[in-house]
Amino acid sequence: MTPAEALPGWAALLVAFCVLCGASLTLAGAVGVVRFRSFFERIHAPTLATSFGAAGILLGSMIFFSVLQSRPVLHEVLIFVFVTVTTPVTLMLLARAALFRNRAEGNPGVPSRADMLSSAQGSLGGERR
Amino acid sequence: MSNVILVWSVSIAQLMLVLAMACHAWRLLRGPRAQDRVLCLDAMYVAAMLLVLTVGIRTGSTLYFEAALVIALLGFVSTVALAKFLMRGEVIE
Amino acid sequence: MSRVLPYPLLTASLLLMWLLLNGFSPGHVVLGLAVAVFASRVMVALHPGKPRLRRWQLIPRLFLLVVADVVKSNVAVTSIILQGKRRQWTAGFVAIPLKLRDEIGLAVLACIITSTPGTAWIDYDQASGVLLIHVLDLADEEEWRELIRTRYEALLREIFE
Repeated sequence: MTPAEALPGWAALLVAFCVLCGASLTLAGAVGVVRFRSFFERIHAPTLATSFGAAGILLGSMIFFSVLQSRPVLHEVLIFVFVTVTTPVTLMLLARAALFRNRAEGNPGVPSRADMLSSAQGSLGGERR
Repeated sequence: MSNVILVWSVSIAQLMLVLAMACHAWRLLRGPRAQDRVLCLDAMYVAAMLLVLTVGIRTGSTLYFEAALVIALLGFVSTVALAKFLMRGEVIE
Repeated sequence: MSRVLPYPLLTASLLLMWLLLNGFSPGHVVLGLAVAVFASRVMVALHPGKPRLRRWQLIPRLFLLVVADVVKSNVAVTSIILQGKRRQWTAGFVAIPLKLRDEIGLAVLACIITSTPGTAWIDYDQASGVLLIHVLDLADEEEWRELIRTRYEALLREIFE
C-alpha cells in the first residue's frame, strides 16, 4: 500500500517510536488544556506539544524520508525552528492580553502592577542585607 | 513487516492527534473567556500541522511538508493578530 | 565588509534556509546567495540594533542547559496532567527583580522561560526591571527566584553584557 516496503526494520521501529512519543505528548498537552482550571494554568499545556511533541514527529519524519530516499532530508528542521521561535511570542502576547483584560476588569487572582513591584522589592530588600 | 509496524504506529499517532484536536475543540467551545479560545485555536493549529506531517509519512510524499509549513505560518500570524485584538480592541494601530 | 554584508549571520541563515527548502544544487546556491544578500541589505533600512555577543563561547552551554531543563519539565508537567485529581498542585505568580538589561538577552530569557513547560513569562516592567512569571507547580517562591537568577540570568549576563 505504501512505499514503506523498502524501509529496513530498524528504521521503521525508530520512526514508529518517535512518532508515537510525539503524538502522545501532544495528546497529554491537550488533556491538560481540558483539565486545568484557570487560563494561566492552561497556558502551560500547549508547550508540551510545541517542544517535544513537535520534535518527536518531525524527527520521525526526518528519519523516514532520509532512509527512504537514502540522502539526508533535513527540511523538517525548519518547521521545528519556526515553531520553537514563534510559540513563545504567541504565548507571551496571549498572557499579556489576559493579564491586561483581568486587570482592567479588576478580577482577583492576578497581581496588580503595584503588587508585582512590591513583592519583588521585598525579595530585593532581603538580598541587599 | 516494516510496513505493518509503520502503518499501525502512524494510524495510532493520527488517532491521538485527532483526539488532541477534539480536546482543544471542546475547550474552544467551552471558553470561558476569549483568551482561552484563542489559546486553543493556536494549540489546534499545531496539532493540525503535526497531523499533516503524519499523513506525509503515511503516503511517503514530501509534498505534505510544505502544507505543514503553511499551516504553521498561518497559525502564528492569526494567533498574534487575535492576541493583539484582545489587548487593544483593534489589530492595526 | 560591513557595506556589502551588513548582517553576515542573517545572510548565512537565509542561504541555509533556501538550501533546506529547495535542495542542494549549484544553481540554488547562487540564487539563494542573491536572495540572502538582497534581503539582508533590505534589513539595514529597518535599523535593528546590532546584537553584541560578548562571550559567544558560552552559547552551547546555555543550549544544553535549556534542552535538559525542557526534558525535565516535560516529564514533570506530563505527570501532573496524567495524575489529575490525585495530585494537588498550587499554581502562582512569582515576581523576580532582574539585573539583566540587554534587550536581546531579555528576549532570549523570555523564549527560554516560555518554551519550558511549567513556566510562562507574563509581564516585564522596564523601569524597575521586575519580571513576572507564572509557575504551574509552585512550591517555594524564593526557590524559583534563585533558580531563574543563578541558572539563566547569570549566564545570559555573561554572554550579552
